[in-house]
Order: sequence, then C-alpha cells, then structure tokens
Amino acid sequence: MKFTLSWLREHLETEASLAAILTALNDCGLEVEGVTDASAKLAAFTIAEVLTAAPHPQADKLQVLTVATGSGDVVQVVCGAPNARAGLKGVFGAVGTYVPGSDLTLKVASIRGVESRGMMCSMRELELSDEHDGIIDLPADAPVGAGYAAWAGLDDPVIEVAVTPNRQDCMGVRGIARDLAAKGLGRLKSLPEAYRVKSFDVPRAGPGPDVRTDDPVGCPAFFACSVSGVANGAAHEWLRRKLSAVGQRPISALVDITNFIMLDLGRPLHVYDRAKLAGALTARKAIDGEHVVALNGKIYALDATMTVIADDTHVHDIGGIMGGAESGCSAETTDVLIECAFFDPAGIARTGQKLMLTSDARTRFERGVDPGFLDEGLEIASYLVLELCGGTASAVTRAGTPPLAERQIAFDPARTRALAGVDIPTGEQAAILTRLGFAVSTRDRGMVAVPSWRRDIDGPADLVEEIVRIHGLSHVPSTPLPRAEGVARPTATPAQRTERRLRRALAGRGLNEAITWSFIAPAAAEPFGGAAWTLANPISTELAAMRPSLIPGLLAAARRNLDRGEAGVRLFEVGRRYTSTGERATAAILLAGTARARDWRTGSTNEFNAFDAKTEALAALAAAGAPVERLTVLPPDDPWFHPGRSGRLALGKAIVATFGELHPRLAGDLRLAVVVAEIYLDALPPARARRARPAYVPPALQPLTRDFAFVVAADTAAETLLRAVRGADKVAVTSVALFDRFDLGDGRVSLAVTVTFQPGAKSFTDVEIEALSATIVAAAAKAGAALRA
Amino acid sequence: MTDPTDLLAAIAAAPDLATLDAVRVAALGKAGSVTALMKTLGAMAPDVRLIEGPRLNALRETVTAAIHQRKSDLDAAALDARLASERIDLTLPVSPGPAGTIHPVSQVMDELAEIFADLGFAVADGPEIEDDWHNFTALNIPETHPARAMHDTFYMAQGGGVADEGAGPPRGTVLRHLLRTHTSPVQIRTMLKQPPPIRIIAPGRTYRSDSDATHTPMFHQVEGLVIDRGIHMGHLKWTLETFVKAFFEVDDVTLRLRPSYFPFTEPSVEVDVGCSWAGGTLSIGGAESWLEILGSGMVHPRVIAACGLDPDEWQGFAFGCGIDRLAMLKYGMTDLRAFFDGDARWLRHYGFKATDVPTLSGGVGA
Repeated sequence: MKFTLSWLREHLETEASLAAILTALNDCGLEVEGVTDASAKLAAFTIAEVLTAAPHPQADKLQVLTVATGSGDVVQVVCGAPNARAGLKGVFGAVGTYVPGSDLTLKVASIRGVESRGMMCSMRELELSDEHDGIIDLPADAPVGAGYAAWAGLDDPVIEVAVTPNRQDCMGVRGIARDLAAKGLGRLKSLPEAYRVKSFDVPRAGPGPDVRTDDPVGCPAFFACSVSGVANGAAHEWLRRKLSAVGQRPISALVDITNFIMLDLGRPLHVYDRAKLAGALTARKAIDGEHVVALNGKIYALDATMTVIADDTHVHDIGGIMGGAESGCSAETTDVLIECAFFDPAGIARTGQKLMLTSDARTRFERGVDPGFLDEGLEIASYLVLELCGGTASAVTRAGTPPLAERQIAFDPARTRALAGVDIPTGEQAAILTRLGFAVSTRDRGMVAVPSWRRDIDGPADLVEEIVRIHGLSHVPSTPLPRAEGVARPTATPAQRTERRLRRALAGRGLNEAITWSFIAPAAAEPFGGAAWTLANPISTELAAMRPSLIPGLLAAARRNLDRGEAGVRLFEVGRRYTSTGERATAAILLAGTARARDWRTGSTNEFNAFDAKTEALAALAAAGAPVERLTVLPPDDPWFHPGRSGRLALGKAIVATFGELHPRLAGDLRLAVVVAEIYLDALPPARARRARPAYVPPALQPLTRDFAFVVAADTAAETLLRAVRGADKVAVTSVALFDRFDLGDGRVSLAVTVTFQPGAKSFTDVEIEALSATIVAAAAKAGAALRA
Repeated sequence: MTDPTDLLAAIAAAPDLATLDAVRVAALGKAGSVTALMKTLGAMAPDVRLIEGPRLNALRETVTAAIHQRKSDLDAAALDARLASERIDLTLPVSPGPAGTIHPVSQVMDELAEIFADLGFAVADGPEIEDDWHNFTALNIPETHPARAMHDTFYMAQGGGVADEGAGPPRGTVLRHLLRTHTSPVQIRTMLKQPPPIRIIAPGRTYRSDSDATHTPMFHQVEGLVIDRGIHMGHLKWTLETFVKAFFEVDDVTLRLRPSYFPFTEPSVEVDVGCSWAGGTLSIGGAESWLEILGSGMVHPRVIAACGLDPDEWQGFAFGCGIDRLAMLKYGMTDLRAFFDGDARWLRHYGFKATDVPTLSGGVGA
C-alpha cells in the first residue's frame, strides 16, 4: 500500500515529522517497506519552454531547439524526441545536472557538429515512469523557470507500507491515519473535513436504478445509483497527480474516482456505462459455461460457484474482482451506474483462486471490506462524480442488507497482563480501544463492541494485540523462561543422534555433505521405480516428482561438478526419500571419478570402484550404530545398479543398505566410474540404551597367526569361506583376514587367509595348534574349499 | 706379530670389518699370536708365570678392547655413510587426503539444537508431505483465508483421503496432501501427541512455489513452541533475545518487535535484529539498521483448542525462522540457490569440518 505524506495529512491532523510517522507505522504493525522522495534527485530540473525548433542540418531525426529556461539567456539544445516543437513546455536539465534515468551528468556536447547545452527530458530519464516515446509535455500553464519536482508535487514523500492480510481497514489511507491517531500522532479528521466539504449531501432526482441480488450469500448487499449527463474526460490534475504518485495510471475521471476511493477509503466500487446495459443489473451465481471479457482484456470462463453481476442478457462483472470490458466507461459515456456492493470474502477468495485473477478489488473484498460503509461510500462516489464529471444523480437503490450484526467481546483487562506480560492501566486500555473505534461500554462492564471495519477481531486475544501494539511492544518486559533445575538434559532423539554421527563420520572420511532438492524430474525418478508422489503444481517439470531415492539428486550434482572440472566427487546427503507408505530417513553416498589424484608417490590415478562404495557404506552403518559384524552381502535387486558389481547389505531379514556401481544406463555417458551407496536409516534396529560395557580383561597371552591358502570355485563368494573359517572355532579364532586372492585361470581361485588364534589361560601346545588348523581346514572343506596343495 | 704396538697399530689401521677380523684371528684366534703366547703360560715356572700371567692377560685385554673400539668406530662410520646416502627431500608435498565437510544448514541445525537444549527445548519432527488440516486448518487458516494464497503451496497430485477417528482432524474431514509450507504443523502434531508443558524446536525442510535470488522452492525453517501455564510475551521476548545472543555470539543484541499477523498467533510479532553495514559487511549488534529474522507470537487460542487443549488453562508462544537465512547472516553466504547445488567448491569453502561440533562449552560458532 502506497500513499504520500500529504495524502495522509488529509485524514490526519499532525505535527509529527516524517521520521516520527515512519517509526509509528512500524510500531503499529504497518511495516514501512520504503520511502521515496523524488524531489531530491530531481531538484536541479526546471520547467522550460521550447521557443523554436529547427531541423538539424546533419541529421534527419534530430532537431535544434532554443529553450527559454527562465533564467538568463536562451539555451540551444539538440533533441531527438519526435514530440519536440516550438511552444512545448517541458523539463530541462542544464549542463552539470545528473540525469538519474540515464546515469550520466550533462556536459556541453557537440552533436553532429551542433552545440547542445543541456537536455529536454523524458519520464524515463527522470525515473518517473518507463515512458520514453518523447519528452515530457507539460500543460501550457506550467511556470517556466520553476523547479519541476516541486511544481509537480513530487516533493511529497511516497511511503509504502506492507499491510498484513488481517488489516483490510488499512488498505485505504484513512485506516492508516486512524492507527496513527490511536498511536498518539495526531487527530483523525472527520470524513467531510478530509474532503474539505461541509457534508456530502448529493442532490438526487428520479428513481434509483433497477438492481437486485439473487445471491444473498455471495452478494448480500448491492447498493447503486445512477448519474446521467456526465462528461468523462481526463480527471482533474490533482486526482491524476495523486494516483500517479502512488503508481496508479490515470485512465479517465470516472475510473480514477473509483480508484481514488478504493485507495483513500479502502472501498472498491464499480461504474458501469448504462448505455451498454440491457434491463436490470442482478447479482447472481454464474451459469456454468458463461464467459466474460474482463477489463484486462482476458476472457474468463465462469461456473456456478461464482458470483457475477449480469444484466438481462449477459455477465458484466466478476463480482468484487474485476469489471467487464464491454460496459466499462469510455470517453463517450454519459450515463453511469455506480455499484457499491458487499461480496462474501470467502466467495471472492475462491473465485479469485479459481480464475487465478488478482485485482485491487479482490485483495480488499476477500479480506472483508467494511460492511458499514456502503451508503457513505456510494455518497462520496456520487459527490466526486458530480464534482468532476457533472450530471444528475438518481436516488439510491438498496438491494439486500450487508452483514452488520453487532459484535461484542467480553473482555477482562487482566488478560493483557496475562498474555502480553505488560501492565497497562485499565483506563489506558479503554482509551486505546476507543481511539481505534471500539466502543467500550461504561454501563456493561467488560463488554467491548467491535467496529464494523475490524472483521479480524473476534476474541479477547485480538483485543490484547490491539492494546499492546498501540501501547508499544517495546514496553513488554523481557522475562526469563523458568528453568529446570540442574544441568540441561539431552534433548535429541536416538534418530537425530544417529543422523548427526553419520554426517560427521562421513565428513571425517573426506565426503562433502550436499543438500539437493526433494523433488526431481519424473524422468530421473523413473529408473528408481518412479515417484510415489508428484506435485500437482510444480515450479517446473524438472522439480515435479518427490524423490524415491537420494541418488538421482546426488548424480545430478556430481554431473555438474564433473562438468566444472572436478576430477573426483565425493558427496553424501542425509534426508528423506518419499515412498507410498511414508517418508523414510535415508543417507546416500556418491563417489565418482578419481579416487586418488595423481601424486609423485603413487604415480597414476585410480578410479572409484564398488568396493569404495562398500567401504563408505560400512563406515556409515558403523557410525549409525549398526552391528556391522553381523551384516551379510546379498546380490543386488535394484535395476539402477550394475547387476554384477553391486550388492545389498542385510541385517537379518532387513535390507539396511545397497551399494555398488551405477548401471551404465544411468551414468555410462560420463565414461568414468560412478559408485553409490544408500543407507536406509529407517530399517536400522533401534540403538540399545546400554551404558555399562560387558566385562573385559585383555588376554595376557600373545595371539598367534597361521596362514592358509584355499582353492575354491571362482563363483564361490569369498564371504562363504570367511564365514566358515570364522565359525570353525568361535573361542580360539578371533579374526580371519583375507590377504590374497589369485585367479588360477581354470575356473578356480586361490583365497589366502590369515587366522588369528587367541590362547586363553594357557598357551596352545603344538598338538592343539594342529588340531585347530585341522578344524579350520575341515570347516573350509564343508564350504567347498580345499587346502591349496 | 706379538709386539703390542704393531698389533694395536694394525687394529687401528684396519679399514673395514673384514680386515679387522683378520687381525683379530691373527692375534686372538686359535692359532693367533696372542693365543700362542697365552699357551706358553702353562709351561712357565711359577715365579715367571706370576709376572708373565698378568702381563699377557693385560695384553689380551688391550687387544680385545682395541678390536671392540675399532669395530664400533667402523660401525659408526658405516652408519654415518648409510645415513648420508639416505637423505630425502622433505619439502616434497604430501596429500592431505580429501577434505570432507558438513553442510552449513546441518551445522546451523546442530547449533540451534545445542542452544535450545540448554533452555530445555527438545527437537521435534513431522512429515514434509503434510495434509491441509495440519498445515492450514488447525493453524486457524481456513480454506478461503488469504494467507493460504500467501503461502504459494505445492499440492500433491495424489489424492488425499478422509480423516479417521482419532486425534487431529475431525472424522470425515477431507484431506488434501501438500508439501508443508512451514514447520508450524509440527506444533499441531506435537500438541496432539504429548501433554503440556511443551518446549520444542522443529527444524526441517519446507516448500513454497517461489524461485528467485532470495527464494528457493525448498528451504529450511525452524519452529519453536512453548506451551505451559502462565507463559506470556515477555517470555517470548526473552527467549528470542537469548537465542539471538547465543547464536550470533554477540552480547550487544537489540531486537525490535513489530506487530504483525499470522493466523496461528495472537498477538503476532515480527522480530528484527539490530545490525550494522559498516564497511559494506554485515555485523549483528547495535541499532543502526534492522534485519527481519523471524515471525512469532502467542499461540492462538483456536490453535490450542484445535489440538484438544483448554486455551483457558494453557497458553504459550511459537516462532518460526529461516535456517538458510540464519546461516547466511552468520557465515556470510550471499546466494541462497548455491545451498542446494552440491557444488563441491562451495561445500569445501562454506562447509564445516567434521570436528566442528557445536557445543555450549566449546562455542556454537565454528
């Protein structure tokens, strides 16, 4: 919401400075978004008159002007504007003046051999609008030599405030003035005082127009009058300037009047050209399939949920949102009908959302305009039409009644202290409410009547807010929260602790944590089984499907990194994947490209492979508290993996992770290794709360190791042999490490392991060691492994 | 060669271990000259032996010691020579290994959890694919409320459903799935799940259909909620001041509370933090300029009632704050979009070491 300081002063009698007003606006909850004072940057520009205009001898499109600036000699200016002509009054910038819209300082210039001393300016050059088709063309009575900004009223600061959706009453300057008056900045003038009239008494003759409402829910009240014999030209200068100053384009007197009342009083109106109407105007529900061409030139398809204003033949207005183009006012308009209606806020919101149509009227109606201001609004509109356009007004027709039920709130002033923590005397509380327009009953103690324009107020908490915001939030005393005794207790859940550990473990291992979009392209989700959830209104198709896996996002990030010249990418992300049965906590790891950079010690580089993914997956699982020693590796089951170079990690029956090389279909074009792992945190068993460790005394005797080389069929999983060896003697065998794997080339491989035996109370005898070795060989044999000869 | 002088000279002159050993054998070996002399002792008359015995023994010991000494000298020289040949250039570079990092958003979430844990706030959680009852209706935002349009909501294409019996939406409520537009529905879920008193923060991903230099369709928020008896705006003010001081590690923090509007709080307050742009860089503190950092207010009685609590007995406050923005203000990033690109260079630059764990004793500013 924009307004100028002088506009505000029409409603608010105040001695306050601009700075004080701005502070008060913020303190009231009307956040100041900006203040512009165009006069400062335009101070050097003056009004000048073109005396002569002659063609430039060297250029077709240029003219050589002589310009009277009102001070001293006539100045010669070379000008390219098509509208430059003798007699034109415009805005002149002398040599040395900074032109904000062009970001240059004027110098004496020679343009194609003709000297030019200054510039006649366009609106764009002064940053007043985007208009740049010609130079500014001022009325003939503009005083030559006067400062342009002051003459044009630009020395009036424009204030822009953000109005929160609950404060429809502040979507008009008067409501803002009321808040400031309540805040103590001055006195709210009466309406006639603000309009500088004794009263609005509009002379009325003849019957009111034929209007009615057939939709008492969508349009409970439809008030109207007609005015005949109007002249709809450009509005008066004061009105055009006022609208221009706040960024509204002046259109014609009738349209400008409705825009002005909307901005001044927060009251949207609509004016119809009666010549375009056939019969009575009716507020009714649209019929499915009806269409209307709105004032923005677009066609809207209507349905039976929408309230419209129609004549006997068709729709002329999307009620409370936008008028129709056909019956809008033009220069030829002579007879008009002024509509001042009340539309149901919920209905307006639904219709506006459905049509995806926003307008200043909708913004106000859907927030709920003052239902107590229909008669006055129509009266003021009639008054201005008569003043500015002439004509004769009819009587007022009032169809329906606006929802004006009196609202009373039982209010205990102690509530203010209880909710806001601040002590404000009861009398002060009542005074604040009274200044805001509430009626605080003196007879019926504790009852507060809500003014009709404050639809947002419906309970004691709202009244506390009103009192506190006017009294000043800075007076609320900072009060410590009661603190529990002792040291603060841990507050993270086990799942949160798991995620934190996992993050820091992976970062400690050299991976970079990324955060990628939760939504991905549906095509990117497809190889991962497709998305269970898609957006109905995505911002783009690239961000339309809720990710079924974290890998596509990391893969896209890896691609970007590789494109930027990164040789090796190590990324991980902890987030959710979205399945049909819920959101699942997940961690994903992606390694791509070079595992180790070329180095003088190691020579060549090497690329990541599936075992790197396994390493990180196991590290992540260990950090997450999973019993890694109980994990088993199962063959892959997911189509996004290389079928021969990937696997699943299982804990009992639960698959807790997948890892391996991505399927070439997904990453083959990169021509380098892309390996990934995904940890399903939701599948991990809950960490057991176990504080004390099992008793343990490090063994006194030294362990001994024996090496065994076994021969197995090449398709035997190494894990089968290792598990067999590990299980051969669960007491004596404390570790089994595979240290060599050699392909014998005949369909068999040799697997060599070092087995560690830990003696207990006594050292092993040679016989015992022989026996243990025999047990291991026997166990391996059961797994299909023969001791290598 | 039994002249001790010659023998000792030969030992001292032995150029290497082999020569020295030859000298040793020649002197002390089975057929060595000193050994031969020792053998003559047995045949000597006792009185002669009394004199010759000690002399010969002394000779043998002198020779033995000289050989040991020479051997040790030769060993030392050999070691010196070897070490001289083993010199390496230690200015050659070594690889530090890959530098892993924690994302600034995660780091800030950890910082928030740490600060609020000290004030007794637990970390709560809720779904990102929400329904419109939890995201809007229960928060006093009815379907036609302009605030719903304000939120630029992403709706899911998949059908919602109808609420069953149980805590939450009244049975039969038609639910529409959407991506939560704020973390506020966690307030509702928490109040439905646990009895007061409640103190929680809820950090997480949130979504709005918005994309420009300062808005991304996905971003992070943290919600705070306190429900208890006798909680008022003074407590809210103190909590936010305490949080901002702790988070920015600045004691001179000024907060400006401005009345505002959120359907789920009444009164509603927007909070600006005093800052300075001296020298073109932002520093938190003072009151030269103001930065909007969060929205807050006293939980609306209707929201408390929607969660099955008696608003006459329980009241409290809630606040919501953008985590990405907090990170930017504290750590100086300027482009929000870079947060979600996964650019390894950006992550290495703005990320945090694994060991930078925020703690109250060690500080929450890495």
